[in-house]
Amino acid sequence: MLVLEKNAQSEVIEELVKTYGNSRSSLLEILQAIQKKYNFISDFAQQEVARLLNIHPVEVYSTISFYSFLHSKPIGRNIIRLCRTISCNLKGQKNIEDAVKKELGINFGETTKDRRITLEYTNCLGMCDVAPAMLVNERVYTRIDPETAVNILKEIK
Amino acid sequence: METIINTQKKRGGPVLFSRYHPGDGINKALELGRENILLEVKTSGLKGRGGAGFPTATKWMLTAASISDKIFIICNADEGEPGTFKDRVLLLEYPELVFEGMVIAGFTIGAEQGIVYLRGEYEYMFKSLKDYLEQMRKDNSLGKSICGKADFNFDIKIYLGSGAYVCGEETALIESLEGSRGEPRNRPPYPVNTGFMGHPTVVNNVETLASIPHIITKGGEWFRKYGTDKSTGSKLFSVSGDCDKPGVYELPWGTSINELLEVVDAKNTKAVQIGGASGICVPKSQFNRILAYEDAATGGSIIIFNENRDMLKVLKNFMEFFVEESCGQCTPCRIGNVKLLEGVEMIEKGEYTFAYIRNLKELAKTMQLAAKCGLGQSSPNPFLSILENFRDEIFNPSRNGGSNGKE
Amino acid sequence: MKYLIHPETEEVMEKNNESRTPVSQQPFEITKQVEKDSVGGTVSVQINEKKISVPFGTTILDACKMNQIHIPTLCNHPDLRLGGVCRICVVDVEGMKTLQTACTFPITSSIKIHTSTPMVRKARRHIIDLMLSEHLGDCYTCVKNGKCLLQHLAKEYGVDSFTFGHVTKPVYEIDKSSVAVIRDMNKCVLCKRCVRTCIDLKEVGALEAIDRGDKTHIGTFLDKPLADVICINCGQCINRCPTGALYTNDPSDEIWNAIDNPKKHVVIQTAPSPRAAIGEEFGIEPGHSFTGELNTALKRIGFDKVFDTNFTADLTIMEEGTELLLKLKKALVDKDDSVKLPQFTSCSPGWIKFIEHFYPEYLDYLSSAKSPQQMFGAIIKTFYAKEAGINPADVVTVALMPCSAKKFECNRPEMNASGFKDVDYGLTTRELGKMIREAGIHLPEMPKSGFDDPFGEASGAGLIFGATGGVMEAALRTVYELVTGRVVPFQNLNIEPCRGFDGVKQASVKLENCVDEYKFLEGVELKFIVAHGTANAKKVMEMLRKGELNDVHFVEIMACPGGCLGGGGQPIPTSAEIRKKRAQAIYEEEALLPIRKSHENTHVKYIYEKFLTEGPCGKLSHKLLHTHYTKRGRFIS
Repeated sequence: MLVLEKNAQSEVIEELVKTYGNSRSSLLEILQAIQKKYNFISDFAQQEVARLLNIHPVEVYSTISFYSFLHSKPIGRNIIRLCRTISCNLKGQKNIEDAVKKELGINFGETTKDRRITLEYTNCLGMCDVAPAMLVNERVYTRIDPETAVNILKEIK
Repeated sequence: METIINTQKKRGGPVLFSRYHPGDGINKALELGRENILLEVKTSGLKGRGGAGFPTATKWMLTAASISDKIFIICNADEGEPGTFKDRVLLLEYPELVFEGMVIAGFTIGAEQGIVYLRGEYEYMFKSLKDYLEQMRKDNSLGKSICGKADFNFDIKIYLGSGAYVCGEETALIESLEGSRGEPRNRPPYPVNTGFMGHPTVVNNVETLASIPHIITKGGEWFRKYGTDKSTGSKLFSVSGDCDKPGVYELPWGTSINELLEVVDAKNTKAVQIGGASGICVPKSQFNRILAYEDAATGGSIIIFNENRDMLKVLKNFMEFFVEESCGQCTPCRIGNVKLLEGVEMIEKGEYTFAYIRNLKELAKTMQLAAKCGLGQSSPNPFLSILENFRDEIFNPSRNGGSNGKE
Repeated sequence: MKYLIHPETEEVMEKNNESRTPVSQQPFEITKQVEKDSVGGTVSVQINEKKISVPFGTTILDACKMNQIHIPTLCNHPDLRLGGVCRICVVDVEGMKTLQTACTFPITSSIKIHTSTPMVRKARRHIIDLMLSEHLGDCYTCVKNGKCLLQHLAKEYGVDSFTFGHVTKPVYEIDKSSVAVIRDMNKCVLCKRCVRTCIDLKEVGALEAIDRGDKTHIGTFLDKPLADVICINCGQCINRCPTGALYTNDPSDEIWNAIDNPKKHVVIQTAPSPRAAIGEEFGIEPGHSFTGELNTALKRIGFDKVFDTNFTADLTIMEEGTELLLKLKKALVDKDDSVKLPQFTSCSPGWIKFIEHFYPEYLDYLSSAKSPQQMFGAIIKTFYAKEAGINPADVVTVALMPCSAKKFECNRPEMNASGFKDVDYGLTTRELGKMIREAGIHLPEMPKSGFDDPFGEASGAGLIFGATGGVMEAALRTVYELVTGRVVPFQNLNIEPCRGFDGVKQASVKLENCVDEYKFLEGVELKFIVAHGTANAKKVMEMLRKGELNDVHFVEIMACPGGCLGGGGQPIPTSAEIRKKRAQAIYEEEALLPIRKSHENTHVKYIYEKFLTEGPCGKLSHKLLHTHYTKRGRFIS
């Protein structure tokens, strides 16, 4: 990482620590904010957070690796989460999965070459009555079928 | 898709969805005072609506009696149980019930800080909930000197989760709030004694808190009129799966499964999963069972399967869910769930022996007793109930083209 | 922060607020002393058929231990916070739906406990089966063969088949990057003892659980190899690991080769802590020193010479003591502000790596004296080789240490003052125990013998280096006498304020009626601090940072709890009790020695006359016996 980038990230993280507090209980909020801004939490960011919160960096890394929505490796600009739990599964989630994989040319867990989209599975989104459901970043799309899912993907920048 | 709070849409229901005027609950609560609030909640017989069913009045009384400089009330909005979406509806359409319930709870137990742990998947409603709270502060229902009562200060903060089902467990939730991995703690001591940052904490489900304003305004006796002896009041059932009218239904406890299936227009039903992935799978022969703590209890998730569904695939889906969502701390859950999933896959391929399946069933029973938290204790439930109730279908020799299990 | 209130006595049990451990996971300490027959503050419970009375808040496990009822454990360790993750110790508490772990459940009311019902036995068996199904059990080639807790449990519970399968191929690559600690995650049972040790007990923070569910594994920051992160090599994690997932980098094959090679002159120096603990490797209970027996065993194995590290411990006292006096002179006479006081000891390599990583800006406060091990290496390959007429290139120096970090220390690039690698191999107590058994020797039965010349028998001051406070005590015995011409004003030369297991000890001794050379110290209250365990080292460094140590002159820091006797190479298991017994053995052995002050060691006098003729801190001393330190990264190496 370039020194300029590092300094910029440092400043951002210091602001976040000022906003959310510098105790361990603000760790998740800070990590979520960093994830949102940079699409992942880089090792430099992890060390900065550890330094400012006075915890060990391995604890930051451990916490990030525990939660599905936090990543310590870069992901695409947009993240698609397709629910694969039983209610969505009953309503044709498999077909949507195949269509999406075909459209993007990647498997679940991977990112497209142009870093536009990362595909991930997720578990029950709480949209079981309007299944199948899919999260695109934080927007939720319900009652989708293979065609609408592919259309949604086409619209994403 | 509902991204904004929709307080116009009103559903029908005897208790939670009955008529309520925002603000009434807090005013009545402040009038009644702590002792009487506890009395009303006790009379109502309200039990935790998240699935565990712990008497709410007891939880509040234990916390109210503890001596500490800080007490917390946490609203568990980490609704992750497959098939449950009632809290989504409550937060989007009835936020007044939930937040006023929190204020009343805070008043009763002596808390000054309320926390809502909102699951990361519900991030789309984060902003509108924050705006609603801001409006409550403007209306003096939140913040300093609520409704004019000088010594009652209470505020609510919303924390977002980050995609972990296990954080719905109360001690894992508290661990997550403290910035650690969401791994459940050793209990005892329970959160009512030592919870968030070591202070007494009450963790209540969204629906439990939403019931409070109704109980306060209409009285505990009124609440008792619905439901059964041990399961008072009504329950929000999130119905999904093979039925014509999926959605959230408020029905009194004591409704039988048959009655529920009629309400939601379910046809050709073979099985009903009650209680989500951690619940039991009920076959047709038992559809006369009633939904209540005395018989088939649930946090509200009802998933309906018709005749065409392969119950083994359903079981596999559940076990895959648990393998992924287990926190990995304790041995029985971390490795046990993997072994149960492997067992299901063996049955799928037809490469099993009945002796090994018996071993797995014994393991499942051990997990129910020895796992550290509710996840590990209830993940064997679908395994045991589906293998038990759908034995013929699953161990059918004609599955897998003729290869069957060896003894 | 209050935890529980006894319903009758209304006594409030408090928990330690300073620890990083969440309050609910701290082992419960009863704050009030409970008399034997007192009624208040105790609870009566029934365990199996026994009716017993225990202090309020005792865990079921402790209650059972006090009453000779056996409950198997795995993740529980007396030094660490509560685990409750392996679930082996589950018991049946009447009235509770699920089984409860005995190690975490505090007894607060009259309950009935059953420790061996059919369900309990089945549960324990299943848990062992599950652990075995994911554990790569190649016991024949495992370092823990015969000493593994998992093996022990499998035997105790009559495991006769792999009910849930068995791993035959490794999943993880063994991390051999570090020269001291090796990690084999294929054998890990995720008891988290290493995590609790590294983060809570040591506050170093190199290991934690990574990922979730069945993908959970113990890893370092960004899953880097251990050598690339801030691991200080203290080996405390190895001491507590129940299986063979963590072990030291064993050089015994190379040492055997050297011994068997007729061209090589293999010399071993032995430290006091291994001698106080090696009996435990042969089934003797802790608290017995086997110095004489070990000398014989080593000679029979084939070492050409056996030297006593206490000799260079005495030398360290001379060098470091002189360094301190020179610093004090600069500060008090020359009024030189650049002098860094207090002076920190530098013989613990775990502590050195700790300060290099976490407090690199304070490296100037460290004494520049090497550790006794490294001083000896330099002396052997120069002075001894010359006196014995041996080519130093053919000399192989082995150091028997209680310490895993010594392996890192002898490999430090600057440790070649003799022109060769000063110390070739660091050998731990456990590894030497293995070598002795390989040679067919049963140590306790050996006749006693002495150490070899020209370094002979050392003083008692050198011996007590093994216990926390030992370096300080040895230094005071010499410095006080040098400065005042009198013996330290403590009975029998036992400086009690230095002894004991308190985390941070502070004391002082007044220097009065000094000799002419040291008149500048007249009336000075020589203040000193002794700390053991890096968590306490951290406390002391924070005090330094805040400027609270301005009037302190000398600080002794040992990285390991209890000092070197609790080091990462010492016999397993370890506990506060065991360390106390080892300390007792050391102090008892020392009290019987004829010479108990470093400056009275005749061999030390000899080497200053013949070799290091400029005296302590002279030019040759600086070249051979002093070193410099390296600033390292705060988060990664």
